[in-house]
Parts: sequence; structure tokens; C-alpha cells
Amino acid sequence: MSGVLSAAEIDALRLSLEVAARSVGFSLPLAVLAAWLLTRVRFPGRMLFDAFVHLPLVLPPVAVGYLLLLLFGVRGPVGGWLRAHFGIAVPFTTAGAALATAVMTFPLMVRAIRLSLDGVDRGLEEAARTLGAAGPDRFISITLPLMLPGVLAGAVTAFAAGLGEFGAVITFAGNVPGVTRTLPLALYTAMQLPGGERMALRLAILSFALGVLGLLASELLVRRVRRYLGN
Amino acid sequence: MLEVSVLKQRAAFSLSASFAAPTPGVIALFGRSGSGKTTLVNLISGLLPPDSGHIRLDETVLTDTRAGVAVPAEQRRIGYVFQEPRLFPHMTVAGNLRYGERRAAASARVISFEEVTALLGLGALLERRPRQLSGGERQRVALARALLSQPRLLLLDEPLASLDVARREEVLPYLEALRERLSIPIVYVSHQFEEVLRLATHLVLLEAGHVVAHGAVDEMCLQPRLQAIVGPDLVGAVLEGVVARLDPPHGSAEVTVGRGTLLVSLTDVEPGAHVRLQLLARDVILATQPVQGLSVRNAIAGTVSAIRDDGYGAILVSVDIGGAVVLARITPSALHALDLKPGDAVWALVKAASTRGHAFRLTGAGGKVR
Repeated sequence: MSGVLSAAEIDALRLSLEVAARSVGFSLPLAVLAAWLLTRVRFPGRMLFDAFVHLPLVLPPVAVGYLLLLLFGVRGPVGGWLRAHFGIAVPFTTAGAALATAVMTFPLMVRAIRLSLDGVDRGLEEAARTLGAAGPDRFISITLPLMLPGVLAGAVTAFAAGLGEFGAVITFAGNVPGVTRTLPLALYTAMQLPGGERMALRLAILSFALGVLGLLASELLVRRVRRYLGN
Repeated sequence: MLEVSVLKQRAAFSLSASFAAPTPGVIALFGRSGSGKTTLVNLISGLLPPDSGHIRLDETVLTDTRAGVAVPAEQRRIGYVFQEPRLFPHMTVAGNLRYGERRAAASARVISFEEVTALLGLGALLERRPRQLSGGERQRVALARALLSQPRLLLLDEPLASLDVARREEVLPYLEALRERLSIPIVYVSHQFEEVLRLATHLVLLEAGHVVAHGAVDEMCLQPRLQAIVGPDLVGAVLEGVVARLDPPHGSAEVTVGRGTLLVSLTDVEPGAHVRLQLLARDVILATQPVQGLSVRNAIAGTVSAIRDDGYGAILVSVDIGGAVVLARITPSALHALDLKPGDAVWALVKAASTRGHAFRLTGAGGKVR
């Protein structure tokens, strides 16, 4: 491997994978919750909440990163609290890059999950009810397995998109080699360096390969789960 | 006793239904489509809350809006078989069956997995997925799944509606077996009168969201409002009788009905079996004197108890044959020619071949009541 890729490139690849994985792990339960609220619960301000969830799709990523900085910065309301109580600072860390990525990919995930939740036959949940399954039991045993294709598709798509998140990450988490310099940031940095064209090309090819792999894996996974569910 | 008195307003429909029916037994909710049968069943199941009213099963109050009682559907222990099977696609047949069983309290377990799979003939299907089953098999699995949740009441909402005629005949015997072998009360929704006659003990007639009549099936068959829905060709008397003697070479049986005896084409029964006979009014001929030299095998003496227009240009004559009533459809001119009046002695002539009968036994009748 090291014969093909330089240490810096391997670092960037490893970081991209780590950031994407952590962002998915963090946002998946929240995305399921948000999808549930948006499809199944009538509450005042639902439309506003819907718009808020989808905001990262239409905002410039740099603006999202900047907003996160305002919130999670050492003087920000959340950042200050985290620092005072836990001694944690999020900006300019790998966790910060993951947080920025999670916010950016959240709408993608919610969309996929919502779509599959909409497709779940409510009649099956009613049947489960008459068989003695109360709310949480019903969700775990019926609803969640039936919406699994959407949850997985959402997770994989968000993961693949998360590998390449640029604007929000560089604004909120900076471009620290080995900490927040993920593939797209390394690619951007290489393009700025004199004589970095070869590295930039290699990183671009690497990103391309990862993207294709991610999409293929997502398709295969969803197919297998669908077959398992009997659709 | 199942006691229901509920009110439910929906956008374009209002249901206001009251009835009480004995349990155990098969209570048929009968009426045209759109008469509110499914809404009523959903109210009983607890999936739909009523605007007001109460529902009581034996000593258990399931719903009472005035007392603020509303037992959630998942705690009612009411099995529900929907029009579509609604099997869980991500589980095997066995997984579907165990779903309700696992959630039933151990103390409530009366029906075992083995018993139900044997009763419904599911032994060979347990490892299959729902999509690998035929329509009839799916409904049997749905039925078994509901039974294994150890219900106190079983709701069957047109469980045969999605099946073709051949598949219906495949599932119906299982439903009859259910009535005979288990003492679980059943509410059976149907707009197929034939099914009702084969299964039900009590009939609740619904029209446009109202219960217009309810009672034992044989009494209800004499109800003009039921006759209007059933149509002139299926109007007839239903008689409960006991097989007195078999005549195998001729494929017929003598059945004691009220005071008299009817010769009926009936083969797969034993002497002493309880049978339900359907005598269609169009198949009954009336005579004012005993007749001879006819191929008709049954001539039952009785007295005219009622005469009325059937609404389709013919006359329905009720003949009391001693503890049971037979209906005959005759033309107005025949009525005039015979000069029939209530109280007149007549002979009802019935062809053995046109009498439909089937074994009808109900567990718990006069026995234990759960």
C-alpha cells in the first residue's frame, strides 16, 4: 500500500473514512427520530422543523461551518458549556470534522429514511398491536426491520457523501494534517502547492474510486435486505 | 355476552350501533358494503376509539367513554383477522405464529402451537416466507397467528373476501372446525349470506351505520329487512335439526325438525348430528290437501302463520310446522286461487334434493362458558 500511496495520502484516506463513519454513527439515530417525527407525528411547527432539517441542502457549506463555529466555538453557547463542564473543545478536531459532516449529510439521510418509513404498511403495525405489541416493541419488531432498506441506503449514501465534505469541515475544523485534513482537503492543499499536480490527480482518482465503491456497496446492500424482507 | 353500544362520527359516515349477543358463538355482522361493518369491528378491536359508548365482553369492560375506560388494543386480547392477511414479510410462518404467542401472558395460554398448526394444517409451511404462500394459506396463517395470541374474542373481517371461490372452500372448513373445537367467541363480518349460514349462530344486520335487527340466525331469516338484502332468490327458512336416520344407498338422511321429519340429501353426517337446513322459499310448494302421486318426498303439515308481499311481486307465506317456520314463495294468483288466510291448515312440499344442509355443531352450547 505504502508503495502506491504516500504517508500523507494514507492519512487523508484514513481520516476521511473515520470522519464519515463517526458522522454516520452520530447522526443515524437522530435521523431515524427526525424521519419518525416528520412522517408520523402531527405537532405545531412541523413545517418549520422540516425546513430546518433540510437547511444544509440549500445553505453554502461554508455558512454551515461558520454557524457551527458560532455555536460550538469556545465562546459559543454550546461550545462554552461543553468546555466548562467536560473540558471538551470541538472545533479543529477530528470530532469537529465529523460533526460538520454529520450536519451536512443529515438531510440526505432523513430523506432516504422518510421514504422507506412512508412505505411501511400501517396495517402490519395494527396487526402487531392486536397481537399484543405496545409502541416501542412494535417499532423494534415491525417498523424498524421494514424500513431497514431506507435506513441502510441513507447511511451508506451519507457515508459516501461524508467522505468528500469540504466547505463545512474546512471552516469549522480547519485543515490540520492528520487531524482534519480529509481527502478533499488534502486534494485542495495539493492543488495549492507548486508541483502538487501528481498528488492532486492521485487523490482525485482515489476519491472517485471510493465514491463508486460506496454507491455499489449501497445498491448491493439494499438489494440483499429487500430480498431478506421478502419484497 | 358481547355487548356493544357505540357512536362514531367520521367525515362522510356515522355509525351508531347497539347490540348484545350470547357468547360463545359466532356473531355475524351482515350488511351491504359501506354499512359500517369494518368500522364496528375496528371499534371492538380498540384500533379505533368511539366518540361515545361502551363495549363489554362477558365481565370485562373494554370501552366505556362515560367511565373513562379505554383498554388499548394491545391489551384487549382480541384476535383480529383482517381482509388482507397482513403477515409480517420479514418473518417465516413460524415467526409470524410465535409473534402473538410470545406476547401472551403465560397464564392465558390455552391453545398450543402444535394444536393450532394441526387444526389449520400448517405443519408443512412453518419455514416458508409469507410471499411463498397461496392466498388461502396466507389467511390460514393469519387465523393461526390470531388464535395463538390466546384471544378472548376473535374478529374475522371478511377473511375470505380476497379469495376466489375455490380458495374459500379451502378455508371455510377450517372456520367451521374453529367454531366446533374452540369455545372462543367469534365476530364474523361478511356480505356473503352463504358464509353466514354456514358459520353464524347470531346475526347482526347493519344498514347505513345502524343495527336494524339482530337475533338468532333462524329467527333473523324470517326478517323482512334481511330478506330485502339477501334478495328474493335466497330468501328462505333456516331450520336447526337432528339427524334421526341415514339412508346411505340413496344419499339421504331423515332430519327431525320441530314436530316433523324431513328427508334431505345429506351424506357426510352421523345419526344424532346437529344440522342446519336451508329451505329456500322458491323451492317450497303449498297444498291445501294431502297430495299423492308426486315425486316430492317431503310433505309437512302446518298452519299458515303470516302472509305478506315479498317486495318483488310475489307472496311470502310463513307456515308454522310446530316449533319451526317454513317460508314459501307463491304468486299472487296462487294465493287467490287457494284462498289462504292465517290459521289455515296447509302442507308444505319440499324436494329432498333442493334442501341444502350441513353439519352445524357449536361447542359450549349448554356446556362450559369461558
